[in-house]
Amino acid sequence: MPQNLFKIHEKEYVLPGTRACQGCGLSIAYRFALKALREDTIVTLPACCLCVLHGLYPLTPVLVPSVNNTFASTAASASGIAAGLAALNRTDTTVVAFAGDGGTFDMGLQALSGAAERGTDFIYVAYDNEGYMNTGTQRSSATPMGALTTTTPVLTKQQHKKDFLKIMEAHQIAYIATTTPAYPIDLYDKFVRAKRIKGTRFIHIHTPCPPGWQYPTKDTVRIGRLAVDTGLCVLFEVENGKFRFTGRSRTLAEKGNKLPVVHYVERQGRFKKMSIEQLSQLQNWVDDRWEEYKKKAAESK
Amino acid sequence: MTDARIITGNQAAALAARLCDVQVIAAYPITPQSQLAEMLSLYVESGQLRAEYVRVEGEHSAMTVCIGASTVGARVFTATSSNGLLYMHEQLHWAAGSRLPIVMCCVNRGVGAPWSIFNDQQDSLAQRDTGWIQMYCRDNQEILDTIIQAYRIAETVYAPVMVCYDGFVLSHTMMPVVSPTPAAVRKFLPPYKPHTILDSNNPMTINSVLLPNRRPDAEGVLCDGYMEMRYKLQNALNRSPETIREVNRQYAEAFGRDHGGMLWTHRTEDAEVILTSMGSLAAEATVAADALREEGIKAGVVGIRVFRPFPEKKEVVAAYRNAKAIILFEKSVSYGYEGGLCSDLKAAFYGSGINAAIHDHVAGLGGRDVKARELVEAVKSSLARIAEGERELNTTWLNCHTE
Ligand SMILES: Cc1ncc(C[n+]2csc(CCOP(=O)(O)OP(=O)(O)O)c2C)c(N)n1
Ligand code: SF4
Ligand SMILES: [Mg+2]
Repeated sequence: MPQNLFKIHEKEYVLPGTRACQGCGLSIAYRFALKALREDTIVTLPACCLCVLHGLYPLTPVLVPSVNNTFASTAASASGIAAGLAALNRTDTTVVAFAGDGGTFDMGLQALSGAAERGTDFIYVAYDNEGYMNTGTQRSSATPMGALTTTTPVLTKQQHKKDFLKIMEAHQIAYIATTTPAYPIDLYDKFVRAKRIKGTRFIHIHTPCPPGWQYPTKDTVRIGRLAVDTGLCVLFEVENGKFRFTGRSRTLAEKGNKLPVVHYVERQGRFKKMSIEQLSQLQNWVDDRWEEYKKKAAESK
Repeated sequence: MTDARIITGNQAAALAARLCDVQVIAAYPITPQSQLAEMLSLYVESGQLRAEYVRVEGEHSAMTVCIGASTVGARVFTATSSNGLLYMHEQLHWAAGSRLPIVMCCVNRGVGAPWSIFNDQQDSLAQRDTGWIQMYCRDNQEILDTIIQAYRIAETVYAPVMVCYDGFVLSHTMMPVVSPTPAAVRKFLPPYKPHTILDSNNPMTINSVLLPNRRPDAEGVLCDGYMEMRYKLQNALNRSPETIREVNRQYAEAFGRDHGGMLWTHRTEDAEVILTSMGSLAAEATVAADALREEGIKAGVVGIRVFRPFPEKKEVVAAYRNAKAIILFEKSVSYGYEGGLCSDLKAAFYGSGINAAIHDHVAGLGGRDVKARELVEAVKSSLARIAEGERELNTTWLNCHTE
């Protein structure tokens, strides 16, 4: 594990000039993910903000061979690429599927479940900006309770976020990790680890998004860190069924100094219509999951 | 020594895929295609075929796996029917737009609602505008031969090919089929060369977002916009008849069987009435034409082998030149109009001087049996109406209670 940012692979695979917004959390995440994955990687991606980041034909700022696919098909696309490479004995190439929360939690779920059940040898990355951002900030099943979106414009989202990591755990795959671009070393480290493992690997990236979440572009890292400090984003890894907290979340679990979610919520315009009732429901939801994770960590010792 | 077997259409298709050394197979079972997916699993698991078999969770993924594997340079195969084909629709466009030489069998079956597992051609006809080449087979021998030809065609023009054959009528019916030797097929079908290689040394993003207009690349060279790419696909299909005819000719030379390039004819030289259809019903029409001739009616058949690209005007006009009446039998319909083949034929005749009366029949939907004798009766009744001066004949639903 690199001790600091200067130890990270220095080659840039995402050059300046991406079409992502200023302050985009995805841009940071993608930059460090590709540094960890390096050469001999093929990325497959669906319609989403990453597709926009990749630029308009015939130009791209991304130095990794990549293929676009349709919204529901990312994991199947990776399956096909992996099968094709296996048939041609090109087994030294890492196949990486990189999709948004909509393309993972909603439409891409069937293909992902199929690929994971088959034990397809690939890394699936769900970068989660908690909504359909590419199409204008509509609600997804990853949107948290109380958030305004363009399809929950008055009442806010009434349901909790889908606990997608449980779905992936149920597939008993080789490796599961959660991370955030607010802690790039944590993110980098998990991609390096994932690259070394065979089989289906799943990485969830909590991805702050200034226009969608309505906060100033300079605050992306701050919002990302607050998500971790309040337990809305929990950093962990599950390898061979063993759960362990990592990084800042481990510290929080040890010290028991997790912050109330209001610290995270109050800084984002999307929560401005959240009711007190919703706020306490969100807090309970976070606390319940936090306890579950602590139990899992204890059981895995 | 010839290797002749008595096998079903599905077995013929599986055998052909094996002879073509396909490297990746992804398929999802659906009646009447299932036996084909099962046969291929058996080939792979018993070591008779060295291929990756991805047992996907649905047809959308089956086509996606083919797209992914074909993109990195593997020869791929899949097959489906009916609702499975409809479920692939998005990916059919994606495959053609990506210019991938995927070969797929469509074992033709009616589509729901309501459910029918039996044969018609509504499934593949509904995919007409996806950019796929569509070929229709008359019998099991033609299934095997057409699949081998399909890879040559697809890998020459970089467009996907759908090999269509009628569910149950062919898929589950035993017929004698002659199998070429693997060595002869390898000689006829060189290894697949992808048009683009995905490589770290030359990174690129395939199928990224395009603007309406052409844009310059980093060196200032103007590159295609969306419309140019669409035009290239259209152009590839428009020019493919040449390849299709040439591949058929070379196949006939190598293996002694000629199935017609874009279309085939049966006793049309002096025919005054021409029956037209696609697939097994077209084979049935030849029996009907022979029977009509015995009754003194000069009948012949034009079978449309390739529906997309549609045979070129010149060839179509030549085939029908002497006909006074053209009677079509189609296993599909474009709701609110007529059979799709009928519309296309009429369009091909426009301005050609052909002024034959045309009578379209929708027949055999959802597996309703159509016998040669019924085709004979239908033709005779058409001719009687035409003789009475009725030239604008509405589409007739054959063997259908229409009160
Ligand atoms: C079949 C289909 N339906 C709808 C769309 C429109 N669409 C494109 S991207 C997108 C949302 C993407 O959301 P997500 O996956 O979360 O990625 P993000 O844009 O938020 O990064 C939608 C709905 C599509 N491309 N394909
Ligand atoms: S909408 Fe959000 S995720 Fe998408 S590019 Fe902009 S900042 Fe990034
Ligand atoms: Mg999203």
